[in-house]
Amino acid sequence: MALISIDNLTVEQRLKGVSLELQRGELLGLIGANGAGKSTLLHAIAGLHKSMGSIKIEGDPINFLPSHERARIVGIQPQAVSSAWSLTVADIVALGRMPWGDEDEGAIERAIERTGVSKFRDRNIDHLSGGERARVWLARVLAGEPQALLVDEPIASLDIHYQLAVMEVLKDYSREDNGVIVAIHDLSLAARFCDRLCLLDNGKMIALGTPKEVLTEELLCHAYGVPVDIELERDPPVVLPR
Amino acid sequence: MARLLTPLLFLILIIIAWLSLTFGSTSVSVIGGLIDWLNGEQTQAALIIGEIRLPRTLLALTVGAALGLSGAALQGLLRNPLAEPGLVGASQGAALGAATVFYFGLFAGFGTLATAVAGLLGAFAALLFMLLLAGSGRPALVIMAGLAISTVAGAALAVVLNFAPNPYAMQELVFWLLGSVSNRGLDSLYILAPALLIGAALILSQRRLLAALSLGEEVAESMGLSVRNGSRLTVLGAACLVGSSVSVAGAIGFVGLLVPHMLRPFVGHRPDRLLIPAALLGAILVCVADIAVRGMPPGRELKLGVLTSLIGAPFFVWLVWKERRRWL
Repeated sequence: MALISIDNLTVEQRLKGVSLELQRGELLGLIGANGAGKSTLLHAIAGLHKSMGSIKIEGDPINFLPSHERARIVGIQPQAVSSAWSLTVADIVALGRMPWGDEDEGAIERAIERTGVSKFRDRNIDHLSGGERARVWLARVLAGEPQALLVDEPIASLDIHYQLAVMEVLKDYSREDNGVIVAIHDLSLAARFCDRLCLLDNGKMIALGTPKEVLTEELLCHAYGVPVDIELERDPPVVLPR
Repeated sequence: MARLLTPLLFLILIIIAWLSLTFGSTSVSVIGGLIDWLNGEQTQAALIIGEIRLPRTLLALTVGAALGLSGAALQGLLRNPLAEPGLVGASQGAALGAATVFYFGLFAGFGTLATAVAGLLGAFAALLFMLLLAGSGRPALVIMAGLAISTVAGAALAVVLNFAPNPYAMQELVFWLLGSVSNRGLDSLYILAPALLIGAALILSQRRLLAALSLGEEVAESMGLSVRNGSRLTVLGAACLVGSSVSVAGAIGFVGLLVPHMLRPFVGHRPDRLLIPAALLGAILVCVADIAVRGMPPGRELKLGVLTSLIGAPFFVWLVWKERRRWL
């Protein structure tokens, strides 16, 4: 059974009848132009947006779950997070245990280990660089060990080293029998890391399938309005605007 | 350090409370006075300690605790280091509510509780309007909305003063607004103590939310917390604290602003761990300020609220300066 199955999901004025399934062990990339509805879709799955249609977690409708139980299964890292206070990295990661109401050292350690933030675990968040922060935010959501991890543009504004590091973490996490959905703008990295891609355009899903099926000149030109060069045979694959 | 902070503050609080009982124009034995007062004996020491210094000390402590705690809670909730009962409009709302009751004799059914109830309603309404006006998110808007609400409440208060039935009533009201804990009597505690307990219980029940809100409303909501309900309960708690303390002691400004800032480095900047230390330090500061007021040369009394404003306002200027450098 699919980890998450979405049927005819509609959010007023933003999403129109999206249906897809997320399998365990899968890294699903969400692509599309700005305003296509990527964030809205992630927020709706996490229960942050009112939506119509159905969202099921392992066959159970999500709206029957109490919010903290939903939060234990579905973890989301929204775009552009910041901390209002100068908290330490360790404290921020520990916040990720909130859905469980504990401070499980094991889970926090694993999240810190996975994301490689142990070097600066005792430093304050405002003393870190953008790339270091991005990994801390990821560690925070991983500390909750959600079976379905939703991440909204985690690599925007990161240098190529951190982009790869973050994508590796997501890929590894999905391989541990979890499902991961990542909204991503970099189509080359999407092609390189994601098992399947979902292309959104104006709130509608216009393609869902392997990178090869979705990253076609016709579909991308339609979605982004610019011609693209696509070389999926190369290693690593390259997708660039012409 | 963080673990020792609360016991340490508690110890200081006991010492300051003792000092406050000892300090005065007449030197009397505190323990002797307390024992006599508890036994109902009409000695001079019993009168001075039991009827004057004890109420004044307890009142200073409870008002301070209420202001410190409400400041810490509002700053955490609004994710804004400048949020303070006075700056987000709550104090002015409470003052307007209490002043209106002074004049028009509303809520007569509540008896002596009438001003406290009106203060609470005023503070709650002001915070509610402020939140509606500011919307969610934008921390800068909170202060602007607070200023707008303060201005409206201030204007309404001016109308009340303008139509004061006689000059004496107006003077009484102005002095009350300046903030003081002298000559209040132990009955005021019957209002303040339950309000402090209820307000603190409401706020402490939401400390997980305050911690989660460090990372914003979306993250808090996504971790299964109800931001909307939790915010309402926190605002209600803060309104309880501010409303009751303003209705009893008038406006004692800047305690709620200063206290969380002084403590933040010692609790790892965590808004949830700030709450109880903030209540303790608030109590200590107001009690110390009241001792200082009593230590002034006799003559025209310097009001407690005036003293805290004199100390707090430059601190506020410094905070704005620090924020400015952050954005440059």
